[in-house]
Amino acid sequence: MAQLARKDEPGQAETPQSNGAIRFLRLMRRNRVGFVGFLFVIAVLLLVLVGPLVVELDTKTHVDRIYAAPSWEHPFGTDHQGRDVWAQIVHGGREIIFVAALTAVIATSIAITLGSLSAFVGGKVDALLLGAADVVLTIPQFPLLAVLAGFIKLSNTTSIAIILGLLDWPVLLRAVRSQVLSIREREYVQAVQSLGLGTGHIIFREILPNMLSYITITFILGMTGAMYAQVGLILLGLVPMSTNNWGVMIYLAWVRGAIFFKDSILYILAPIGAIALFQLALVSTARSLEEVFNPRLRVGE
Amino acid sequence: MQFLSSFLVRRILRSLFIVWLVTTATFFLVRLMPANPVDVYINQLISQYGMSKDEAYNLAASLFSIDFNQPLLVQYGNYMVNLLKGDLGNSLLSKGTTVLSIIAKFLPWTLFSVGLSLLLSFVLGTLLGMVMAYKRESWLDHALSAFASLMTSIPNYLVAILFIVFLGVQWQLVDIQAMRGSLSPGIQPSFTWAFFSDALYHAAMPILTYLVTTIGRWMLTMKSTTLATLGEDYVTVARARGLPDWQITLSYVGRNAMLPLFTLLTISLGFVVGGSLLIESYFVYQGIGFTLGEAIARRDYPVMQGVFLMITVAVVVANLLADLLYSKLDPRIRIAEEG
Repeated sequence: MAQLARKDEPGQAETPQSNGAIRFLRLMRRNRVGFVGFLFVIAVLLLVLVGPLVVELDTKTHVDRIYAAPSWEHPFGTDHQGRDVWAQIVHGGREIIFVAALTAVIATSIAITLGSLSAFVGGKVDALLLGAADVVLTIPQFPLLAVLAGFIKLSNTTSIAIILGLLDWPVLLRAVRSQVLSIREREYVQAVQSLGLGTGHIIFREILPNMLSYITITFILGMTGAMYAQVGLILLGLVPMSTNNWGVMIYLAWVRGAIFFKDSILYILAPIGAIALFQLALVSTARSLEEVFNPRLRVGE
Repeated sequence: MQFLSSFLVRRILRSLFIVWLVTTATFFLVRLMPANPVDVYINQLISQYGMSKDEAYNLAASLFSIDFNQPLLVQYGNYMVNLLKGDLGNSLLSKGTTVLSIIAKFLPWTLFSVGLSLLLSFVLGTLLGMVMAYKRESWLDHALSAFASLMTSIPNYLVAILFIVFLGVQWQLVDIQAMRGSLSPGIQPSFTWAFFSDALYHAAMPILTYLVTTIGRWMLTMKSTTLATLGEDYVTVARARGLPDWQITLSYVGRNAMLPLFTLLTISLGFVVGGSLLIESYFVYQGIGFTLGEAIARRDYPVMQGVFLMITVAVVVANLLADLLYSKLDPRIRIAEEG
């Protein structure tokens, strides 16, 4: 099993990098839904990073076209101040995705480090880490965030990402830990252990490579979770809304009653769609990555 | 039996420790932060209502159930004693209402709607997940996978907004206005069908939202754990022994594939209760999430603190139960911890 899994991993030390990348893409294409999701993620990233350079954000009020219906000029119509919705979508993703990615990086690194440590060292360390994770995990995260935001002003995006990341790792830690525990019990790991190879070798050479799919899923779960919490806080009105972003658009559309007009329905649906589709694309990418990494899930080979 | 009871005691102690830690942390958070809510409230009383400093202090003391003239540690001791007696202080904004009575009034509705929808989605989701694993790569698997992925991807409060936009406003399929609140006027809690059906009617939209947004997670996880289990040696051995298919499916595959889902169940509970903050306020369903949202919006600190504590306690207890159930189902975990 270990041999099998090893052979199919991209970017392994023994295979050249370019070969690995091509192999990786070929394996990704196997799952059509996943590949579409993967392309969509890249498309959204491009739109969000490059789009703002091309599409101009209109900040003026136009009383003559409030809640205008979709047209060639305004494909998604206009908002309660007559501003183009499409331009807001283009400009509104960067901040959300940045916070989500930063949160996921923080949470995943903590989770993997502590999770494998916890499972492998066991004993007091395990009990302590699990205890710490339990405390953070058991406290319902979103209410905690909301209550915290009621006390402290969450003023900039980095501080939101740090708080989210510090609250997000325990979920992932439990998953990583239980995965390591179950892999550790498999025969090949026990064989390596009986050969007297060190803990470091076992974690980095035997266990982590077999967990790549899990780590990816973990990262994506972290990202989607961060988007959830972030947008939720915005919708509760607890994050200062100076900048343009998808969450703020939903909040404003809701507050201004855009849902009651047939023509302006896209004002609220566009950012909801943007968030939902991006999350969906992330998840399906994760699923096809899982197939790439875990040959047991591959069918028809 | 000896093992089980020491395991049980340890888990209960741990839960108590978590509750103690959270209560302590909230106490010091409220008291020690710069511009903490107590000082802000006292200053507000002095500047807006022209109270003297002593009067303001006394009023705040009675509302928070804390005597501010004593040293911090004594205040902390009193606060803990009061908590044990069930005294969580009073609402700042609705005069004369204890936080405990607010919780008692609103928590049951959330427990009812969240509990019912989680139960439904867990049972339906695991069943569908196994079907997907057994019929993998069929049109049914593809359709269910697409549905499940879509539903796990969309944040639950956005689903709530979509339900309101389409079912309530654009297509007018349900009467969102009439479904607001947790009961219709004039209906009293009792063991009658009229009460139960009315409670369900008002909870229907939140329950539907929780159901469709949590079921996908169970389906997808169950599918992948079932697939992983199908590849295990003991399943092959069971097949080789000629055991009937239904027995393999139930006792070998299903039971083992479900194990990882129990850890997820506890996480899911906290998550759904958290989401109720927004979902209950969109549907104006008067549960604990709605109450907490209102309290935060109006900065009613004793209510915020008390409701938050109560939500934490509820989730800790649910976690404890799930842990015990998990250890019962998977002896490896229990023995590993004992050893």
